[in-house]
Amino acid sequence: MNREPFRSIQNGGSCALDDLPLLPQDDFLQTIVALTGQGWRIASYFGSTDPAGRVTLWCVLTGSQSRIGVLRAYAGERLPSISSACPDVHLFEREIAEQWGIPVDGHPWFKPVRYQRSRNGRDAWGRGRDENILPCVGDFFRVSGDEVHEVAVGPVHAGIIEPGHFRFQCHGETVFHLEIALGYQHRGIERSLSGVSGRAAIHQMETIAGDTTIGHATAHAMICEALAGVEAPPRADALRGIALELERLANHCGDLGALAGDVGYLPTMSFCGRIRGDFLNMTAALCGSRFGRGLVRPGGVLFDCPESRATDLLARLLQVERDYAGAVGLLWDSPSVMARFENTGVVSRDAARDLGLVGPAARACGIARDVRLDHPFGIYRTCTIPLQVEADGDVQARARLRWKESQISIAIIREQLEALPEGAWMGPCGPARGGRLAVALVEGWRGEICHVAITSGSGAFSSYKIKDPSFHNWSGLAMALRNEQISDFPLCNKSFNLSYCGFDL
Amino acid sequence: MVDGLIHILLMLAMPPLLFGVINRTKAAFAGRTGAPFLQPYYDLFRLLRKGSVFSHTTTWVFRAGPVVTLAATLTAALLIPLGNHLPPLSFNGDMILFVYLLALGRFFTTVAALDTGSSFEGMGAAREVTFSCLVEPVVFISLLVLSRLSGSLSLSTILTHSSTALWMTSGAALILLVAGLFVVLLAENCRIPFDDPNTHLELTMIHEVMVLDHSGPAFGMILYGASLKLFLLGAFFLHVTLPIRVSSSLLDWLVFVVSMLLLAVMIGVVESTMARFRLVRVPQMLLAACILSAFAMMLVLR
Repeated sequence: MNREPFRSIQNGGSCALDDLPLLPQDDFLQTIVALTGQGWRIASYFGSTDPAGRVTLWCVLTGSQSRIGVLRAYAGERLPSISSACPDVHLFEREIAEQWGIPVDGHPWFKPVRYQRSRNGRDAWGRGRDENILPCVGDFFRVSGDEVHEVAVGPVHAGIIEPGHFRFQCHGETVFHLEIALGYQHRGIERSLSGVSGRAAIHQMETIAGDTTIGHATAHAMICEALAGVEAPPRADALRGIALELERLANHCGDLGALAGDVGYLPTMSFCGRIRGDFLNMTAALCGSRFGRGLVRPGGVLFDCPESRATDLLARLLQVERDYAGAVGLLWDSPSVMARFENTGVVSRDAARDLGLVGPAARACGIARDVRLDHPFGIYRTCTIPLQVEADGDVQARARLRWKESQISIAIIREQLEALPEGAWMGPCGPARGGRLAVALVEGWRGEICHVAITSGSGAFSSYKIKDPSFHNWSGLAMALRNEQISDFPLCNKSFNLSYCGFDL
Repeated sequence: MVDGLIHILLMLAMPPLLFGVINRTKAAFAGRTGAPFLQPYYDLFRLLRKGSVFSHTTTWVFRAGPVVTLAATLTAALLIPLGNHLPPLSFNGDMILFVYLLALGRFFTTVAALDTGSSFEGMGAAREVTFSCLVEPVVFISLLVLSRLSGSLSLSTILTHSSTALWMTSGAALILLVAGLFVVLLAENCRIPFDDPNTHLELTMIHEVMVLDHSGPAFGMILYGASLKLFLLGAFFLHVTLPIRVSSSLLDWLVFVVSMLLLAVMIGVVESTMARFRLVRVPQMLLAACILSAFAMMLVLR
């Protein structure tokens, strides 16, 4: 008999829905508050609906000793907000309200997340069915006063980046408040997955965020394997790990170059741009796609890495490592660059913890949080990686952390390539078992990716929830801009480099 | 007469080449080949062939901005001596006109920016005006120092007065002056570390953000005017810094052209090896330039 109000599973594991206690809504919320007080973190919090149209709330929390806690409850007509007790749910609550039309009482800033219609026809804001919902149209937090001015940036930007709207409340050059409104790229990925069992889902997973193809595809493959009750062969795990680290390297390297570009430091910008291409080409050598499309599949990987290719990749890695170290070394050796990075865009450790930041953004604030260590999956169950943290929480910390992580990624890739496990790279992955819930956490290059799938009796997904690390981290960027110079916004933004489409889904 | 013609020809034709040289230098530092030296000219011709878009919310001020700015800069270019040759226009006290012509150009650029009503352009205008408050004293004090040294109030005399002999006697003052003027040269022409002419990030821009709404020929005028300003202030800077005098007139022109190109290379090197200052640091740096020129003033008044 399970006396705890929640069910505890491992990363990449699943449990039968029948084993999952169904709590009353109040107990459910109290348990979440109690668990977060004990150090658990909310990885995902969402609603789903059954054929009868009843909405169920699900919460996935991550805790110590690699435990993942899952709890559920039937949603009432209204949902009391717990954002004041655990601020990291504030966006999840808005999302639930938007998707299921449940008004959240006592939410500090209750407005839509992605400006989409609810899935069950109800509307938490009382908007009519024929009313047009336009992205980012609505209230924004405003500071009033003669000397305060408002600056609106986007959704069309001067550079080639994704659409997003940023509203600054400024006093001269100082930013009092930044509000970020997204949703322009909402494609309805989650909605399109419910009710399907098809293998085609993997293609959608690879497009959640184009720069995190491997991360999301790995999480989805883990979900499928957990639901089918199989494990990927060791050789597939190793190749997935290599691809994941290559993805991390390419993005960290590109970001370091872009950071240099934002402060007008050209040498590093140009070199890193080229070296990023080298990393992407190494991914292409693995699977034919520079962004890793078509590599990870439920059951394993589609492409093997023969001995000759591994040798070739190792040789390339050696060369690229040297170039990368040289290009980034220029950054640390330039006082003018360091003067720009230091003390810019500081996120305090407390704010980072409250907002539940993940990935490098959290580690740069001194928070030890890395899925590869906390909830190991794939190769990380066996290979030990040192935890990297920086204390300052500024642009400098985020930049330096990326460089440290890059070095570790190179070491991991080398270790894996030198001793690729023998055997198959693709194993059988049967149909999903019905009536189960599976959770997969992957440390993508931006941080914790969380996929949760719930299957109906037939084995089709009755609900599929995706959480890109950007979902947590956009709030961190808004905090980083508090009392910062508005001219430093691009630099802060780049130091986080969050995904718009990963958020918009 | 011939010198006057060469003066006008050089001042009309050479400025965009400086941008070409700077960009090529930066490309070399970044490990790239870079655009052709003549790329700025191609860009100008391309812009001249294009149509212009004018927002309905703007008034005649917006259209007048680029024209007045370019006209003012061109007139200022007629006042400044190039390579030890007398300028086409010269009279006693023209140094005041020179500074105010540049100020007039700036005034119209900022007013045209404010005319659009865009929050970006307003921010850029505010930055530009704030920083120019600190740049103009440096230019004025430098001119006073030079006029004190040469005993004249005409640009043609005070700028051609600098010589090796003068460097021997008032070297200390001149070094301070050169340092201050180099800061002015970079800040006024929106070069790194003060501004980044190549950035696409509108929130970080100073000068570029003021001209975001201009397009086609008007934008071409702005670009050309910017290169002309670099040419002007570069010539100003070189007069004080490199008092090379060759006897032959043609050789003097050659020395001038070569030293201008070298100056462009130097700016490219500075841009490649430095990051931009944080915006709040820019006034401090400009203030430092003010202090340098003030010290130069004290040294010559002694």
